[in-house]
Amino acid sequence: MTDKDMLFDYLLRLGDNSLILGQRLAEWCGHAPMLEEDLALTNIGLDLLGQARMFLSYAGEVEGNGRDEDRLAYFRDTKDWRNLLLLEQPNGDFAMTMARQFFFDSFQYLQFEALSNSTDERLAGIAAKSLKETTYHRRHSTDWIIRLGDGTDESHERMQRAIEALWGYLPEMFDMDAVDEAMVVDGIGADVAALRPEWDEYVNGVLTEATLTRPEDSWSVRGSREGKHSEHLGYILAEMQFLPRAYPDAKW
Amino acid sequence: MGVVDREFEKLEAAFQAKVEAEQRIEPKDWMPEKYRQTLIRQMSQHAHSEVVGMLPEGNWLTRAPSLKRKAILMAKIQDEGGHGLYLYSATETLGISRDQMFDQLHSGKAKYSSIFNYPTLNWADIGAIGWLVDGAAITNQIALCRCSYGPYARAMIRICKEESFHQRQGYEIMMTMAQGTEEQRDMAQDALNRWWWPTLMMFGPNDSNSAHSAQSMQWKIKRQSNDELRQKFVDATVPQAEFLNLRIPDDQLKWNEDRGHYDFGEIDWEEFRNVVKGNGLCNRERLQARVDAHEGGRWVREAALAHARKQEARKAAAAA
Repeated sequence: MTDKDMLFDYLLRLGDNSLILGQRLAEWCGHAPMLEEDLALTNIGLDLLGQARMFLSYAGEVEGNGRDEDRLAYFRDTKDWRNLLLLEQPNGDFAMTMARQFFFDSFQYLQFEALSNSTDERLAGIAAKSLKETTYHRRHSTDWIIRLGDGTDESHERMQRAIEALWGYLPEMFDMDAVDEAMVVDGIGADVAALRPEWDEYVNGVLTEATLTRPEDSWSVRGSREGKHSEHLGYILAEMQFLPRAYPDAKW
Repeated sequence: MGVVDREFEKLEAAFQAKVEAEQRIEPKDWMPEKYRQTLIRQMSQHAHSEVVGMLPEGNWLTRAPSLKRKAILMAKIQDEGGHGLYLYSATETLGISRDQMFDQLHSGKAKYSSIFNYPTLNWADIGAIGWLVDGAAITNQIALCRCSYGPYARAMIRICKEESFHQRQGYEIMMTMAQGTEEQRDMAQDALNRWWWPTLMMFGPNDSNSAHSAQSMQWKIKRQSNDELRQKFVDATVPQAEFLNLRIPDDQLKWNEDRGHYDFGEIDWEEFRNVVKGNGLCNRERLQARVDAHEGGRWVREAALAHARKQEARKAAAAA
């Protein structure tokens, strides 16, 4: 891989994370537990979509093959997607959606904090803007973890089940492969492995306040950095990409 | 006539005088019970329409054909949820809770705009909803900005500003489709064919058959009649369709030089009544989706409440 290829791949990871999670949140539209949450989920989804567009546009420019944000979003198949496995997992109930959001927000907060110091000015700029949004996202999902964990028996049970169902997807966030290493060496990327202690501290604090039990590290799955995904991604793409794939000559 | 009756007549006369003088009625002012009930019916129906209206558009959110379109649609749907919230709050000033309004919606007692019982079948439907449905809504709502009830009038002023953005984005989708490939043109024409007549129905029955109109006009809840507003909408929209080079599905549509308006064909009121009655393609699904969201979210709302109570108790214990 050339430096350019690596930066391209790195930007895809960032863009795909935001896009796939935003797409999942869009599925909630009109179905949230209360109107205020319908607004919050679309608001967060909109932020994520905005981030995705900035990362993917930049990725396309770095690649230099004329692919813009839409070409990248609508004309790649599963093996070329780089989003974390966590983010393509189905919405499940509101506890599952919030647990997924919380684990990712608390990771993304630290990652954007690191990336806002990137030597790549454009990346640093996107990260700084996104960090402001993610600060709000993290507060929102943290509040729900605490409310649901320390709410009723039912909500506690649902939340505990949700964090256990997702726990094995979390180690992947902190993996470092050759691309990550190279980006760190160049001062462009974030050392995500190094974010783990601070992430643990924050998450442990919230789980404790929510009276939830931190699950054992008994299982973990990974593969997104090489384009190996769960079966869910194919369906997300089938839905998302339908129109541009069905009518490739059309402009929308 | 008893003292109570005379007192009531005085209040009612003072109320009507205030309305005639174009002063706004505020929540704490005395108002006839029927005025209050009429507003609750109309405003809650309006709020429900915003919220149910999120569903047909949400149907295309995950399939929007570009990231920009997806972002615009998401922002638009969020606006609508915001309008719903704003209108529920305004209605609460009349002494009904949001939960009561939801109960009325879910039991079928309260209505929402029948237009949302039609399905969104292709992407151009998203354009048609913005252009036609929001366009019709604006025509109605501009008139409501001068409604006699203060909270409703103020809500309308704010909502109208956002709606005009919605209409523009809808028209822009239609324009892109109408100037696109043959398949896109077909989608645009198909959307116009399906949404035109239901949009005209949004203005309600003809003036001669409108159950609530006369009293609402007297109370200045309503400022223009159904037929006047419908005509206004048709006059504004026909040239827009011509610009798109799309055909409005009405053989009788014709400019009438003498009237200075477009003449148009008769609405199929049988279809209107039929859809209102529950026989539209999506009536059951739309209502069920709202019921499911509400029932399915009950445990979340209960948890939030339980947590808030625990917090209160802890605070109280700490203070003691």
